[in-house]
Order: sequence, then C-alpha cells, then structure tokens
Amino acid sequence: MSRVALVTGGSRGIGRAISIDLASRGMAVAVNYATRAEAAEEVVDEIRSAGGNAMAFGADVSRETAVTALFEEVTAALGPVTVLVNNAGITRDNLLLRMTVDEFDQVIATNLRSAFLCTKAALRGMLKARWGRVVSIASVAGVAGNPGQANYAASKAGLIGFSKSVAKEVGSRGITVNVIAPGFIETDMTEALGEEVKTASLPSIALGRFGSAGEVAAAVGFLAGEDAGYITGQVLGVDGGISL
Amino acid sequence: MDRSEISAKLNTLLVSELGLDADKITDEANFEADLEVDSLGVVELLMAMEDEFGVKIPDDEAETIHTVGQAIDLIDGKLNG
Repeated sequence: MSRVALVTGGSRGIGRAISIDLASRGMAVAVNYATRAEAAEEVVDEIRSAGGNAMAFGADVSRETAVTALFEEVTAALGPVTVLVNNAGITRDNLLLRMTVDEFDQVIATNLRSAFLCTKAALRGMLKARWGRVVSIASVAGVAGNPGQANYAASKAGLIGFSKSVAKEVGSRGITVNVIAPGFIETDMTEALGEEVKTASLPSIALGRFGSAGEVAAAVGFLAGEDAGYITGQVLGVDGGISL
Repeated sequence: MDRSEISAKLNTLLVSELGLDADKITDEANFEADLEVDSLGVVELLMAMEDEFGVKIPDDEAETIHTVGQAIDLIDGKLNG
C-alpha cells in the first residue's frame, strides 16, 4: 500500500519537480492546482509515463471549503494523505510604503493560511496512521528578509513558526513537520525578476549559480521518506549558500 | 442504540484506542485530569468516535467534551435526540 502525497501548487516550478520526485519514490501523488488544469494534467501524464501514480485536483487552498472538498476527493480517489507538501505560493512584490492591504493579505492567505488549512485537514489521516510528513516550502527571504517582499517574507517566516509549533504538537504520533527554504531557483517566479536582478545576486551565492527545481525536490523527497523520521521542526536551506 | 450500549461501545473504544484502564472509566472521569489523556488524545478519541458511531462532531461541540459522561451524552443526543 503506497503512501499518498498531496502537493499544493504542484502544476509547475518547484511543485512540479516535487510531484515528480515523490512519484518516483513510489508514492501516489495528488497534484493540486489553482487555475492551471492543463499544466497539472501534464505533470500527471509525465508521472504516469514513467510508471508512477498521480491525479490532478483543482482547489484554491486558501479557502477552507475548498480544502475540505479537496481532502475528501483525494482521500476517496487515492487514500488518506500522509505526506503533505505545502508548496502553493505567490508573490505580490512592492516596497512597504506602496504595498496595499490586498497585496499583503493575498500573499498571507495563499502562502500561509493555505498551509494552516491543509495541515489541519491532513492531520486526521496522519494521526490515524501514526505516521506523517508535512513539508512546507518557505524561502531564504523568510529567513533573512528581502526588500520589496515584506509580505512574501512574512508569509514564509510564518511557515517556520507554524511548522515548529505543529511539530511539537504532533511529534508523539510519528508525524514530522519541517520546512525547506530555497534560495534562487530557476522557475517562472524568478524568471519574472529580470536579468539584472538575477546577475546582481550571483556574487552572494557561494555556489555561483541558481538552483534547479529538481534540487529542491530532492531535499523534499528526503524529508518525506522513512530515513528522515528523526528530523522535525527544522528549516533546511537549499540556497547555494546565499544565506551564509 | 440506547445510552447503555453507547457507553459500552465507548468503553471498548477507550481501552482499545487509548489503552486506558477499564476500571478507571466512569461517567464522571475527566479525560485529562483522571484518565491522563493528553489534549491531542482527546482529539483523536473524538475522531474515533465519529468513525465508530457515524456522527460528526464539529469543533465547537468537541470543545465541550471533558468527561466520559459528556462524550456518551453527545453521542446519545446525536443518535437518539
């Protein structure tokens, strides 16, 4: 009986790489998307072509009713979720003085509230199984701050406090709760930054390059597996040394 | 299912799910104070009760359950009320 993993925002970027990696480890993967149904189906096709098991599920995970429905559908189709990857995330960059309340609230809702809603929903199955893995994708911005990203950094730092608290609450039931903090990873999100910003950041990266989504996914895959059973409440930076 | 049947079923659940000592289980027994069930354990118990009795226990009702008797009354109310 293979484990069931749910990856929020799994249709592209880091989420896509995570979905593919977890499937390659033998998990049945629920690939969640907000709007990009086609992209999510492509990820599912890719997983199936490689002999894996996956299905796409559309839901806006920042909304409670949508999350309830999502978990009901995934449980009915694949089984109870015991590996949850809180990956869904957006940016609405702006200097604080110009940042609107909407820009702040939307980022907190999509990036942090979704993690709360999904983790709460997943706990039921994990408690029953006395086994669980919750991995949230934060960011080096949440650890070190980043100009223009007060909202994004707040939401990502929030994931850290949230994860540590939940780790303490549920650890006695064999459930680990950890955070991955990626640095500059080559995805649509960083593509939008433009060449100048990207080149300017390279000197501060010890490894002198951006990371790939696959390199983040490999770290998630490790934390989601059996071997990482004594690791909880941790923040693992996958950032090429930018945080040093 | 009458109250005594609910009580018997709940007792079995408490012993099997939470490993409690059957002798300590009385209507007045407080889960956390008398039966040493931690707060997470109470949540787990309520989830098991939902599955066992086929009822739904929303969070606001769950918060009122502190004793074995209250748990039985809640189920009784939902099944027979």
